Amino acid sequence: MQFWIIQGLNSLSLGGLLFLLSSGFSLIFGLMRLANLTHGAFFMLGTYFGAIALRSYDGLNIWVTALGAGIAVAAIGGLFERLVLTRLKTNPLGQVLVTLGMSFIISDACLLLWGGDSIPVPTPRNLQSPTRVAGFVFPTYRLVLVGCAIGAAIMLYFLLERTRLGAMIRAGVDDGQMARAVGIPVSNLFTVVFCLGAGIAGAGGVLGGPILSAYPGLDADMLPLALIVVILGGIGSLLGAFIGSFIIGFIYTFGTALFPELAYIILFLPMIFVIAFRPQGLFGRVGA
Amino acid sequence: MKWIAATLLVVLLLLLPSFAGDFYINLASQILIAAIFALSLNLLVGYGGMTSLGHASYLGVAAYISALLTSRHGFGHGPAAVISIAGTTATAAFFGVIALRATGLGFLMITLALSQVLWGLAYRMSNVTNGDNGIAGLTRPMPFGISLDSAASFYWFALAVASFAYLMMAIFVSSSFGSSLKGVRDQPRRMAALGFNPWMIRWITFIYAGFWGGISGLLYVYYNKYIHPTSLSTTSSAEALLGVIAGGSGTLGGPVVGAALVLLLKNYASAYIERWNMLLGLVFLFIVLAMPTGILPGLSRLATGLRRGPR
Repeated sequence: MQFWIIQGLNSLSLGGLLFLLSSGFSLIFGLMRLANLTHGAFFMLGTYFGAIALRSYDGLNIWVTALGAGIAVAAIGGLFERLVLTRLKTNPLGQVLVTLGMSFIISDACLLLWGGDSIPVPTPRNLQSPTRVAGFVFPTYRLVLVGCAIGAAIMLYFLLERTRLGAMIRAGVDDGQMARAVGIPVSNLFTVVFCLGAGIAGAGGVLGGPILSAYPGLDADMLPLALIVVILGGIGSLLGAFIGSFIIGFIYTFGTALFPELAYIILFLPMIFVIAFRPQGLFGRVGA
Repeated sequence: MKWIAATLLVVLLLLLPSFAGDFYINLASQILIAAIFALSLNLLVGYGGMTSLGHASYLGVAAYISALLTSRHGFGHGPAAVISIAGTTATAAFFGVIALRATGLGFLMITLALSQVLWGLAYRMSNVTNGDNGIAGLTRPMPFGISLDSAASFYWFALAVASFAYLMMAIFVSSSFGSSLKGVRDQPRRMAALGFNPWMIRWITFIYAGFWGGISGLLYVYYNKYIHPTSLSTTSSAEALLGVIAGGSGTLGGPVVGAALVLLLKNYASAYIERWNMLLGLVFLFIVLAMPTGILPGLSRLATGLRRGPR
């Protein structure tokens, strides 16, 4: 029983992390029609920033670190978008290739700067002691992480559904040309959304650090998970990213725990089913 | 003029081992293997308009099947080659059914995800694939009793296979099927209205490209006598895609030139710096921003411009 509960919680926390990663990916794809293959690298960059900051300044608050790393990664993402991606507006294939190239550059830079060994990220001290509920022991940090992801989901929901900026983004997702025609500055929105997505991924990377630790290849491990979440949940849909993240979180965690060697195969079964029966994804509005 | 150049090239390629050292002969063999691989990817990218980021799957699957059958299960090279090519083609047929539900970026994402699944499998399923250690101690086949262990003999073998592959792919794209493929790339709806089946045309191309990807995978594992999960990685797919795009997608010569350039760059750069992935990324940025149509189309445009004289 303890096994199922612990693995269930692990699934939830991985799902939360995946949501932080894939919500930005999905938003960027929805608005810009751009498969941002740098997204895994943004996540990894956040983890490394967090690992370095938390290890060199003892007692640094992880929330502050996540915010700082999020802003730093958002800035890098924004620069990349402004300097490179905007030049390739008419060349969607070129954009994808450039994001792929950028992901190679970032991951190799991380390897160069911080070496090939994995760097563990300390769990915040006040969250280290386990929580006991009804005789079961839960690692507190993972519980908090799930809470974080849900909080982020609610904030993103309000941002998209209740603010003027959100309304403009939704208009851009639904019909970019029309949005432009009524005077919405769509290309500035691109930058905002790209920064936002990169920032959430970077902050998510810091928060995932205590569970995953920073290691070379983290980007290559996370990116396919994000792709599968987005293909599963539907492109450009926040709800799809949310549900998809938790589905994949569960499948991946239980898959690795029960059939460690076949986890990757199990992971790709739900994707096949969705693609076969509902190519636009569970909650997708637009086809890929 | 054109024929003289072509004859010269053929003679040069045939006689290469007589004047080059082993290092250069081996480099040339690797270029030939990369060229077959890039040509097969080009069928999808250039002629079919299907940008795949998972083409390394077919190279890797063929190499792994052949390596496992010959080293673990005592198969001879002949049956192992047949089984691995059949297995690779079947994998391509299966992946094609999944990936071709989508087009454009969706297709790209699905091929990437599928190839990552295979990569993860090769890495994690270590009791079968030996994981991160790879499979070492493999042998080269002996077609008609001729040993391929010397650099020159392997080069001629690779040259024969590569020439055949080039010819087969050239016939494929210039056939009427190739024309319908280009039609589907440019105007899928009009082609459907004319009674063609775009999905089937794409799927057959996907399988055919997977088949030649598998052939290059076999050569790859024969050449290296070793296989490691990195051959299935995104980097490996991306290198090939860079070769295709840098050389000029949708041309027959372009991918060969591009693959050769990527390979030379990789070989020479890694002699001086260890940061191949970063360099690869920078070259990606440079090629896409500076010459989006590729080197060969760019050069041929330049050549026609020169022939017409200054404007």
